[in-house]
Amino acid sequence: MSKPEKLIADGIRLDGRKPDELRPIKIKVGVLNRADGSCYFEFGGNKVIAAVYGPREVHPRHMQKSTSAVVRYRYNMASFSVEERKRPGPDRRSIEVSKVSREALEPVIFQEYFPRSAIDIFVEILQADAGTRTAGINAASIALADAGIPMKSLVSACAVGKVDDTLVLDLNKDEDNYGQADMPIAMTPDGNITLLQMDGHLSRDEFREGLEMAKKGCTAIYEMQKSALMEKYSSQIEGDNSE
Amino acid sequence: MDKKLVIPGDFLSDEAKLAEEGTYVEEGKVYSSVFGIASLKNHIRVVPLSGKYIPRPGDLVIGTVTEVAFSNWIVDIRSPYEGLLHISEFPRRIESTEMSRFIKTGDSIMTIVKDVDARMKVELTLNDQRTRIIKEGRIVEVTPSKVPRLIGRGGSMIAMLKNETKCNIFIGQNGKVWISGKDKGMDLAVRAILKIERETHISGLTERIAGFLKEEKGEKLKEKEPEVIEEGKEEKELDEAVKEEPISQEEEKVQEEKQGGILDELLGDDK
Repeated sequence: MSKPEKLIADGIRLDGRKPDELRPIKIKVGVLNRADGSCYFEFGGNKVIAAVYGPREVHPRHMQKSTSAVVRYRYNMASFSVEERKRPGPDRRSIEVSKVSREALEPVIFQEYFPRSAIDIFVEILQADAGTRTAGINAASIALADAGIPMKSLVSACAVGKVDDTLVLDLNKDEDNYGQADMPIAMTPDGNITLLQMDGHLSRDEFREGLEMAKKGCTAIYEMQKSALMEKYSSQIEGDNSE
Repeated sequence: MDKKLVIPGDFLSDEAKLAEEGTYVEEGKVYSSVFGIASLKNHIRVVPLSGKYIPRPGDLVIGTVTEVAFSNWIVDIRSPYEGLLHISEFPRRIESTEMSRFIKTGDSIMTIVKDVDARMKVELTLNDQRTRIIKEGRIVEVTPSKVPRLIGRGGSMIAMLKNETKCNIFIGQNGKVWISGKDKGMDLAVRAILKIERETHISGLTERIAGFLKEEKGEKLKEKEPEVIEEGKEEKELDEAVKEEPISQEEEKVQEEKQGGILDELLGDDK
């Protein structure tokens, strides 16, 4: 697709959103039986699935740490996830995304509870539509909770960017490709930032404003993550005093 | 009472002194560290809805031997850490060359965690009344965090299960459950245990399981009748009488042993 003439017209974006509006999100917890924890996450056109295994034995052995668990994160795009077939297997980009996503989650995991073990996180991108790393982090943090892994809090992530000189929340494919900046951010609900990357240019004031927008976005996502987890046990424990 | 579903990071209380498992304290405030059910009376703790078994000294666990090493049996105890059963922890002195004559790869054992060090080296022992080598019956697995519910308050759930299914049931803290008894009883016990595992978080569990057991048994009685007619009553009755006696005796024995065993842990859990 070639560059559209305008990415924003009358304050409305190409997909009909306002600049500070997120794409629709759909979350399902515990979709995989074999995994200790799992989550299916839809973020606009992004469809990702996250699986968590562990804590479990570390293979290969030399990777293990004697005082804490190792966290391993594998971000992988399915070959059919994008229009042009994606050559399967790890590449420069997915190795980078894996690394930064792992570092976005590590600060909240109580790794020291499980010496000499591994916590493995697998994120598969089934369909990509800009913002897959943020979708992956959102999914992975739910899957970690579902696996019963002790954490300080969940992590929520979304992107801000600049298109047609306007700051926008949660860029879509066209805005990502033809916009002026893209800045994915992951944070805990109390506002500690665990991931911040930037592609393109923002002025200092734009950066500040963008950060605030991302904060609001992450808060909204956090609420959805929370209610998705609660929903798994919806027929809940009201008045569960009998036992 | 004060029970609710919480996710990691949920604020629980200001009383840092009461914080227990499943929580962490930051700046004097208690937060949940896991996705689970929080109870706030007396002490603040969160029981996770899932998670791996982490061995602790004194736990009774059921494991499977994966390897017979030079002077250790290496035991899979369904945890990130393997268990080591040293030859000296076998009830009597044996030579290292004949270890696999007593316990071989693939055997299941009921064992006690003797010690766990900082590096998570797990030492097991068979020098205890409650331990044994498992020779018959079946083993089912449940989520380790659901073990207390499977046992029930003061052992009520497990006592009911044993009673209704006429099976011996042993629950390892690692979520492995050993059932031994007649085939039909074991079938029923397995189904009941899996039902408990699925529905732990829904209230009124004990009553529901009691109902379930009654229902299933009711159906079974109907199934049984034609059999009796075919085989002739006398034989059948004799048969059953012979079979049932040793089992009930054994059960009594087991219950006695248990008073000091799993029950203690339970009561510990409930206090």
